Amino acid sequence: MNIRYFAWVRERVGVEEETIEVPGGVKTVADLISHLKTLDDNHAAAFEEEDAIRVALDQLHVEADTALGDAREVAFFPPMTGG
Amino acid sequence: MQVTPLVRVQAEDFDAGAETRRLTSGRKDVGALVTFTGLCRDEAGTLEALELEHYPGMAEAELTRIAEEAVHRWPLTGLSVIHRFGKIAPGENIVLVVAASAHRRAAFEAADFLMDFLKTRAPFWKKEHLRSGAGSTWVNTKAGDEEDAARWSPT
Repeated sequence: MNIRYFAWVRERVGVEEETIEVPGGVKTVADLISHLKTLDDNHAAAFEEEDAIRVALDQLHVEADTALGDAREVAFFPPMTGG
Repeated sequence: MQVTPLVRVQAEDFDAGAETRRLTSGRKDVGALVTFTGLCRDEAGTLEALELEHYPGMAEAELTRIAEEAVHRWPLTGLSVIHRFGKIAPGENIVLVVAASAHRRAAFEAADFLMDFLKTRAPFWKKEHLRSGAGSTWVNTKAGDEEDAARWSPT
């Protein structure tokens, strides 16, 4: 699965984009976050404030309990501050 | 018939005058035109520049979803949204919304709605670069932004 990061989430993880093998037990966005936190210290730091993270599946906003389904791209980012 | 909104995400500056002319030239059915321009403030002289990061693809898609919701809710004759990304200096433009309608209420409300939803849903993030050289920090969301967007929810 292709994962993209933006703003301070990107800075904390240390990469803009990565491809991850998703373990079988990972069904939802929240499961994926729990898995990513185990990868290394950078991921753990990026997802430390889990409530501050917003998620998009295939470029649509979703909630943490959303099933990943057959999404190709997941993006994690802070609350938006455009305009 | 609903109009198709114009949505652009670009590094270059925009010309608000040219964009308003695009929605009015050659027509006689437009009775109201509301233009909103968001600019970069210097924060009392402390800001060197803003850096706007965006999610290419989703930024355009989300702005289009919000704009389509606006043309569905109000009887608009035209709607344009332009959002810049990259480094923007104080005094420069960041965002433009132009709403045209037969009557003022629809144009005012559609432009207001668009900005409220754009702020909470369009994937853009501002980073402040300070003149003091004290480094750069990501801008936090304002407490009132979610409430502003919630004003438009059906009750």
